[in-house]
Amino acid sequence: MKSITVNQLPIGLVRQVERVNAPSNKPELAQQLEDIGFLPGEQVTVLRRSLLGDPLMVRIGTSTFALRRAEAQLIEVAIISQ
Amino acid sequence: MKSSKIHFFDSDPLLALLGNPNCGKTALFNLLTGSRQKVANYAGVTVERKEGRLTLPSGKAIRILDLPGAYSLYPRSLDERVTCNVLLGRAEGEKRPDLVLCVLNATNLRRNLRLVLAAKRLGLPCIVLLNMADIAQRKGLKIKLADLSAELGLPVISTIGIKPHGADDLKHFLDELDWSNLSRLTTGTAQVNSLLNHTETDNLRVHQILEKLALNEVVPDVLADRLDRILLQPIFGPMILVAILFLIFQAVFSWAALPMEAIKWVIDALAGVVSSHMSDSWIRSLLINGILAGLGGVLVFLPQILILFFFILLLEESGYLPRAAFILDRLMATVGLSGRSFIPLLSSFACAIPGIMATRSISNPRDRLVTILIAPMMTCSARLPVYALLISAFIPNQKLWAGLDLQGLVLFFLYLVGIVGAMAVAWVLQHFTSKQFQVHALMMELPSYHLPRLGNLLISLWQRCEIFLRRVGGVIFVLTVCLWALSSIPAPPPNASGAPIEYSLAGMLGKTLAVILQPIGFNWQISIALVPGMAAREVVVSSLATVYALSVVNTEASQSLIPLISHAWSLATALSLLAWFVFAPQCLSTIAAVKRETGGWKIPLIMLGYLFGLAYLASFITYQTALIFGWG
Repeated sequence: MKSITVNQLPIGLVRQVERVNAPSNKPELAQQLEDIGFLPGEQVTVLRRSLLGDPLMVRIGTSTFALRRAEAQLIEVAIISQ
Repeated sequence: MKSSKIHFFDSDPLLALLGNPNCGKTALFNLLTGSRQKVANYAGVTVERKEGRLTLPSGKAIRILDLPGAYSLYPRSLDERVTCNVLLGRAEGEKRPDLVLCVLNATNLRRNLRLVLAAKRLGLPCIVLLNMADIAQRKGLKIKLADLSAELGLPVISTIGIKPHGADDLKHFLDELDWSNLSRLTTGTAQVNSLLNHTETDNLRVHQILEKLALNEVVPDVLADRLDRILLQPIFGPMILVAILFLIFQAVFSWAALPMEAIKWVIDALAGVVSSHMSDSWIRSLLINGILAGLGGVLVFLPQILILFFFILLLEESGYLPRAAFILDRLMATVGLSGRSFIPLLSSFACAIPGIMATRSISNPRDRLVTILIAPMMTCSARLPVYALLISAFIPNQKLWAGLDLQGLVLFFLYLVGIVGAMAVAWVLQHFTSKQFQVHALMMELPSYHLPRLGNLLISLWQRCEIFLRRVGGVIFVLTVCLWALSSIPAPPPNASGAPIEYSLAGMLGKTLAVILQPIGFNWQISIALVPGMAAREVVVSSLATVYALSVVNTEASQSLIPLISHAWSLATALSLLAWFVFAPQCLSTIAAVKRETGGWKIPLIMLGYLFGLAYLASFITYQTALIFGWG
């Protein structure tokens, strides 16, 4: 199944997290994103983007986080809703 | 000589508060121990462990540790490392806690419960506190304590950290607890050194629990969504932020006028009483020219400081601060920082020292160092008296369009210069660090909005008031008296024509320093005042008051400093001094804090050097430009 990353999600669309990829230059980012709740199966929504598209305001489960585009790019979501 | 450390541990049981950031640990800690640690509505307020004592109704004493919030037991920043070290028994000078109080934010069990599962694996006795139970109830979340307790296999107690009796159930529980047999609260076997990543399996378990408790539905935060739609609107959001900051600086001048007049009136009246009831002696000079002129000169600015703090506290309590960081993140990115640096920098508007300590929550060491280096450029509250003095003396109090007053506008501009200067330095530093360190994590939580509580606000304001008065009565008092003494000895020769201070030790020192400072327009009186001002910036105001009170040849009763300096200085000198104070590292305690936080003299020395350099340069340019405009 094809998947897209969180930064590509249209605003307001609810999707489930598939996995978090670790970037080669900073592998610990993946663990940190998982720690704050970006885990497989969790519901994720992009609430808004700032003027230049960076950072994003993302709802994950019941929490809201500000993420930079580079961080949002690491999170893959399912392309269709379950 | 080498010394080996021997730790004597208190025999009273040690409890540690563990939980996600911003779940209300510190509010609970304050409620249990009667402490007044800082609480605010954003993640990362507590950056070090704090200890307090709780005496239970039965008389049993226990020690409670407040720990920085953590999302997991894999630390990503210095403050989270403190938490992990304490729980693993690796913290220096502290035994491993006897009991862990896992604090849950009842409105966000989904994320908070994962940490409880991780804590259970520590092999320490745990109990669970369901905090913010009142907010959860208002949101329509029905959490059955008994069911949650059965699922977790641990006692669950509901608490409300902000209500006076919100922890009574917990105290009752602790009183009944069999302290000799805590191990029955240990559910997991210690797997401290296990490198296994449990995050995903823990998450599945949390889902099971939530499903069993019928809490798996995601309840939207309607209020936050509505407010965010306006406050974080891409175009209006930044405009609202600027408008809020603007309003604050307008208020600092316009609201403070009346209480400042009142304080001034009282001080003048006191000086009048002293001068009419005492004969001319050195004691009278000390009282009038030293203490009343010096301390009074600083005390006058208390209302302005309190108004500034009132607004900072409102922003902190409401939950708007992290949103402001969200708005500014893009701007911070252009100078190589992240929105994470915003909160330490904002704390620096109160004082650079808590700001520098707050950098412990920045996970990237490079970002942390840059934030420490630029924090002193944020205009701290100690600079406010200096700015306010110079603005009152040299900027006419006139209304511009739309009811804005010019003085407030100039103050806003001075704050802005500090911020722009800091951003410029960060931008320069970006080019000195290699690209590979420049992956900036933001990952900042945006909490729910809370209505600020008036009682809390008043207590915090009173604390600021106490801190300020203690400074006035302590360091400012001591330095004022010292300066008065140095300005009075040795006595002038009998045929002296000028004021006695010109022949004193302080006068001679001032005149020597003035040689270096003359190109930036500082006279010898300013030069004297800058020296004791190193201890605390407000001392410059009290020192100027003392120096000028002693410089007046005919010994009139203490005259207000504002008219004195507005006659004695040119506008060019005043502007130059303002420029100096935007940049100059006029505060030894900040330097000491930087040394402590960076563990050496290198960074504080770099900081001293570059800030003095910048200050001199800025003052030189300001002074020479002002001379060209004919303001000399």
